[in-house]
Amino acid sequence: MSNTITLKYSVSSEDFTRAGEASSDVKSKLKKMNLPPEVIRKVAIAMYEGEINMVIHANGGEITVEISPTEIVIILDDIGPGIKDIEQAMTAGFSTAPDNIRSLGFGAGMGLPNMQKYSDEMSIKSTVGVGTTVTMKVYIK
Amino acid sequence: MTVKDIAKLLDAEILCCEDSTDKELHTACGSDMMSDVLAFVKDQSVLLTGLCNPQVIRTAEMMDMVCIVFVRGKLPDENMIKLAVERNIPLLSTKHRMFTACGLLYSNGLHGGAMN
Repeated sequence: MSNTITLKYSVSSEDFTRAGEASSDVKSKLKKMNLPPEVIRKVAIAMYEGEINMVIHANGGEITVEISPTEIVIILDDIGPGIKDIEQAMTAGFSTAPDNIRSLGFGAGMGLPNMQKYSDEMSIKSTVGVGTTVTMKVYIK
Repeated sequence: MTVKDIAKLLDAEILCCEDSTDKELHTACGSDMMSDVLAFVKDQSVLLTGLCNPQVIRTAEMMDMVCIVFVRGKLPDENMIKLAVERNIPLLSTKHRMFTACGLLYSNGLHGGAMN
């Protein structure tokens, strides 16, 4: 594996039951590449949280996953409402998810903090009314 | 304890992946909130939940969990069973409530694992 492999996914917000399909696909591809289980787990959880967020908050979007010999980069790009206060959104327990999302088992305000926990680097760029881009890196070595 | 032992202890029905029920398990967690499972669970191999939607299967998949027990008699639909079969995750359903189901497994040697 000498070159960078790029995977692209389009995430639809229309069907909550399908949220996680992209993360599931990435997880099985990483397994086939024989990457360390801990790396796969970190990528799977961080990306799944991000994918769920896109469906709940941002009307879907695009996910790009770049796999190089040294790291995996996950870029979550949406044209959703944007995040007004990133610091507040990063606070564990803070959530703007509606009640119907909580009844589906999500919206505990742990998504973004958990994405940070499972990635080695994370950055958020967001403009209200334009959209949000979250970039996460998980190191392989 | 194996998945089969869990089924026996909880008087639970095994709904799929019967071939994968001999795996040895040591830890479990119980939650209806998948957000919390993703944030707080570490290396637990059994998920007990009263939530019944496809994201339960996906959460277990991402967390590398071995089996899922639906409590309070919840039954997954065909789509969920299909997802679980694809990922080889046995699904169990018990009539016990969450507290009782967790208590039965705990008192028979299954533990909660390390706090993180």
